[in-house]
Amino acid sequence: MSESHTTPQFLKVTTPLQMVSGATLPEYELIYETYGELNANASNAILVCHALSGDHHVAGIDKDGKPGWWDGYIGPGKPIDTDHFFVVCSNNLGGCRGSTGPTSINPETGKIYGPDFPMVTCKDWVNSQNELRKHLGIEQWAALLGGSMGGMQVLQWAIDYPDKLRHALVIAAAPKLSAQNIAFNEVARQAIMSDPEFYDGRYIENDTTPKQGLALARMLGHLTYLSDDMMGSKFGRELREDKLQYNYGVEFQVESYLRYQGKKFATKQNFDANTYLLMTKALDYFDPALEFDHNLSKTLSKATAQFLVVSFTSDWRFSPERSHEIVKALLDNDADVSYAEIESQHGHDAFLLPNDHYEGVFRAYVQRIKAEIDDTNGAQK
Amino acid sequence: MSSISPEFKLISDWIKPNTRVLDLGCGDAKLLKHLIDTHQVNGYGMEIDSNKNIEAMKQGINVIQSNLNNHDICHYFDENSFDYVIMTQALQVVSRPDELLDDMLTVGKQSIITFPNFGHWRMRAQLIFKGRMPETDTLPYHWYDTPNIHMCTFNDFEDLCEEKGIEVVERAVVNSDHKSSLGMKIAPNWLGEVALYKVQKKRT
Repeated sequence: MSESHTTPQFLKVTTPLQMVSGATLPEYELIYETYGELNANASNAILVCHALSGDHHVAGIDKDGKPGWWDGYIGPGKPIDTDHFFVVCSNNLGGCRGSTGPTSINPETGKIYGPDFPMVTCKDWVNSQNELRKHLGIEQWAALLGGSMGGMQVLQWAIDYPDKLRHALVIAAAPKLSAQNIAFNEVARQAIMSDPEFYDGRYIENDTTPKQGLALARMLGHLTYLSDDMMGSKFGRELREDKLQYNYGVEFQVESYLRYQGKKFATKQNFDANTYLLMTKALDYFDPALEFDHNLSKTLSKATAQFLVVSFTSDWRFSPERSHEIVKALLDNDADVSYAEIESQHGHDAFLLPNDHYEGVFRAYVQRIKAEIDDTNGAQK
Repeated sequence: MSSISPEFKLISDWIKPNTRVLDLGCGDAKLLKHLIDTHQVNGYGMEIDSNKNIEAMKQGINVIQSNLNNHDICHYFDENSFDYVIMTQALQVVSRPDELLDDMLTVGKQSIITFPNFGHWRMRAQLIFKGRMPETDTLPYHWYDTPNIHMCTFNDFEDLCEEKGIEVVERAVVNSDHKSSLGMKIAPNWLGEVALYKVQKKRT
């Protein structure tokens, strides 16, 4: 045990945030955790961006004994080695794990935001995280790192603040959502909004939560994170009882698994339904090329970071082809880019799971970032 | 600087400094690293093997994991993106060497290709006297497990170039120690084990 419990910190920002939607957030708080030590010239900082249901607790063990969601890859001696790097992770604005979001009090009304929380976009997240960067005294991140929605956030950072990062690690992401991706999100939203306990988003005032809808949304989402092969090998047509019951109860193991995942998310993890709606909308809106004539190459032309793009062979939510689009656009700009396509049967979820090749790629690339920092520091001495 | 093989040394001599290079099947990117260090080239490596990819990444090389059989290079790169497209000892393992050659000369102005010569006298001798598919130090596989599915001789390769309107700019022939000799110059298709070619499209 090399570290004690992680303790989250808060940054209160009183500069109003102009949001892409046109709304203004007068003030907000970001909850974040840090791991490792910032070096003297603040050149070893890595910001990790979380995925849809993720949070600021990316590594280490929190006070409840829960390991961070990417703890396998971040920590002392791990591929992203906190003995050398200062790793930061914040909960996105609009989240429900401590950053200002739908469950926070609206200072203008004194009431819970609920459905009145303004629509957030990837750009808004990046702008709010830039306040965190300033607060931490970091002129330039050594690297930005994120998977899935987090990977998109990394792309947005590289486009909006090119001089504020040296490396961009974009994992299992896409340059924008496909019609199918948006469709899945819409079904998830409809599941939540059609739950009678939703109360137009004012469920907290009504002392309830749309548990059924949220669980259903999660079941659907979860499905898209897994691959057919993986579900086949994990569950097949295995039954819970030894024979078919010919009713609508839980008969197949896969049904039981999905119900469990949905229920866990909606009750035990107590994820906020309005946050889920906001996050899926932010994903749908993500399309940085929109401002650049739908031309991704043009969009990335100002990005100066070096890129590592990673995809997973069985990921059909954000397939390798989607990563190829990013790689291609970077190559069009003669950018420094490496690309790894990791063989895995775990679908989209693979980006969170142990995998030798994936870990090797991480280690090799992060070693490169470290070597650059050591070179610069050596040259300054 | 790490030492490089005589084959890579010969290739380096064909590369002008400060140029753009694409290395297909770059392996651990030793050649590309050497060219960056000594010739200040910039460019990318492409490699399908995961472990080699990681090795290349450790060298600080921009490496794209990619299958050369998928026409990926034309997907990723525009015409004449590179001064040189290099492919060492991989022509014989791809599914359509002829199409790849076209792709290489589309994205690059010149291509540098090396491959083992199936016309070497040892190969011929094994076929004639043993009546069996040759196994040598350069090609240490059985006929059934070899990755080398499109073996050719120097003559075959040059015929293909001729057919495609491709001009041989430079040619070198070496043995498995990558050394050359007078004999190899006189009868390359009999005595040369490894061929190195620099080719480009014929100007019309």
